[in-house]
Amino acid sequence: MIPSFIVENSPALMVIVPLVAAFITPFIGRISSGIRSLWVGGAMAVTSAITLILAFDVYSAGTRLYVFGARAASAAIPPDSGGIPIRIIFEVDPMSALMLVITAVSGFAIVLYSLSSERSHTGLESYYTLYLLMITGILGMVSTGDIFNFFVFLEILSLASAGLIAYRIDGGVAVEAALKYFVLSTIGALAILVAIGIYYGEYNALNMAMIAARMQFSLLDQVALVLIIAALAMKCGAVPMHFWTPDAYSMAPSSITALLVVASQASLYGLFRTVFSLYNVTLNAVTVGWLIIILGVLSMVVGVTMAIPQKNVKRLMAYHAVSQTGYMLLGVGVGLAVLGNQSLLDAFGYMAMEGGIFHIINHAMYKGLLFLTAGAIFLRIGTYNLNRMGGLGHSMKWTMVFFVIGALAIAGIPPFNGFASKLMIYESVFVFNPLLAVIAMVVSILTLASFVKVFHSIFMGPKLPEFADVKEAPMPMLLGMGILALVVVLFGLFPGIVVESLITPAAHALVDQGAYISAVLGGA
Amino acid sequence: MRMSKIVRTGANLLYPFILIFGLYVIMHGHLTPGGGFQGGAVVATAAALVIVAYSYDEVTGMLKKTAMKARESIGLLLFIGAGIAALAVGAPFFYNFLANSGLLFGMSVPAGPNPGDLNTAGVIPIMNIAVGIEVWGGLAVILLYMLSGIRKEES
Repeated sequence: MIPSFIVENSPALMVIVPLVAAFITPFIGRISSGIRSLWVGGAMAVTSAITLILAFDVYSAGTRLYVFGARAASAAIPPDSGGIPIRIIFEVDPMSALMLVITAVSGFAIVLYSLSSERSHTGLESYYTLYLLMITGILGMVSTGDIFNFFVFLEILSLASAGLIAYRIDGGVAVEAALKYFVLSTIGALAILVAIGIYYGEYNALNMAMIAARMQFSLLDQVALVLIIAALAMKCGAVPMHFWTPDAYSMAPSSITALLVVASQASLYGLFRTVFSLYNVTLNAVTVGWLIIILGVLSMVVGVTMAIPQKNVKRLMAYHAVSQTGYMLLGVGVGLAVLGNQSLLDAFGYMAMEGGIFHIINHAMYKGLLFLTAGAIFLRIGTYNLNRMGGLGHSMKWTMVFFVIGALAIAGIPPFNGFASKLMIYESVFVFNPLLAVIAMVVSILTLASFVKVFHSIFMGPKLPEFADVKEAPMPMLLGMGILALVVVLFGLFPGIVVESLITPAAHALVDQGAYISAVLGGA
Repeated sequence: MRMSKIVRTGANLLYPFILIFGLYVIMHGHLTPGGGFQGGAVVATAAALVIVAYSYDEVTGMLKKTAMKARESIGLLLFIGAGIAALAVGAPFFYNFLANSGLLFGMSVPAGPNPGDLNTAGVIPIMNIAVGIEVWGGLAVILLYMLSGIRKEES
């Protein structure tokens, strides 16, 4: 049905298509903006399709290797290299495939939304070029098997994101937010570069499987681990390195904020990949596991308490994003803390990790949806200030429905997807340490309280005179939100199928370092 | 604001030499130190020189932002195109299908010390040229934007 050429080359094509489309976009834009919209939408649809084909192939046929520049895509180790995989390799295992699914679905929904929400703005050729570069960066980050290549894609992502955060200049405030993000990203990227230098000096390899196979966990490796954890925890917005998120998330256009959520999940993926695939049992699992748990608990509590007093709806949602990232760190951190102890891992470790990983995909969907609804409201009434909103439920019914779906999902109310993943985290974390589960539940209740307030001040009440002629959001925007809302509801209704087919393979792929190494280096 | 006649004449004289040197570094990227990025940066300094020597308005007649932006995109597309061409011959992305093929840049390199033949290394020189074009355009755009800010301050 699908040509084998596409399936075989899908890891390369999913990066090539958005890259080529990005650089042709400025030329297409000179013809007409309508053709550009078609071009960008089409390019993103093709990218998503190829990405989903690859993810499906990985889930059904196992880890895929793609060696760039070799004679054959599976020739990881050139015959004259002395057994070292010197080429750039894409290694797509089920964990990467899960991230690919997230990027494909969100990326497509958000581009549909952007085509309508950004229509009246100038500078759109740069907007779409940078948008497609962001997609390229995320897809590359989550599929690469080469740690220097990971750094390159991280930089592509950071540069494109910084440009897009500053897209609406807004009296210089957005530029300030972008500069903050950019400076922090650069510091983070330099820390990662130093860590990569340490690995290269120590193990003569940049391939992640090769480094993992030779990992000693010496003092230098501990330094490198600290650098990478600090940089990537900052990039995913974990407390105490979260201070860029409210600025960047609230000042970027809403469509970009939704994509920034996906981008922060890609950094989270990098963090988990480093800890599990690069180090795995060589590190002191209890210490590092508790470190990640503490980062997670701090993020949950600080995020939600900072969110409650916010007046700007996007700042509020940004703090909630910090808080939700904490759940993922908590879930996977518990899994890490019992790594190496097979009985505990089977008892609750895997389940905690599955909960954390399930929360990644759920968060990307419902948080993206919430940011998109905020953008739709901003498009119609021109403010993010909660005190000036009210009564919009009369005129923006569909937006209200989508907001309710997103808000109930983030608060962990059944039957939405947030409940499914949070329940897995509560149950497994309770066995590990009851106090952590109690904190997680309290944070969830606070989240619900916060969103009840937001819902009430945006949509409830009598119709305000200044918003008398407010209309529903345009169709493409509703369609973009609808895709995400559909995923939220479906994942909430059938969590068993999703966990079994998507999440469990991903969690096992993350834990099973041996399989990750042998996919590149052979059966040794 | 224009510089003195000495500076302008000096810039005129140096301009072609800087271009030639930059293009040399790009073309010999696979043989000597340097390559696309370094050569492109050298070429862009030629643009910086004439912008400094002449006024911004005089230079924009010759160096147009749109042309430089187009150069940036074309360079990147040429680079990716060289990678995609490998897919067309049935090999993975970026496979060096021109090396030792006898076609463009396709001579094989003799073993042992040799003076360095330009016609070798397959797609690597093509990628160097692509990066050279891209960096030329990109750095020139940056220079034009930065120096347009200076002009406003003076007026």
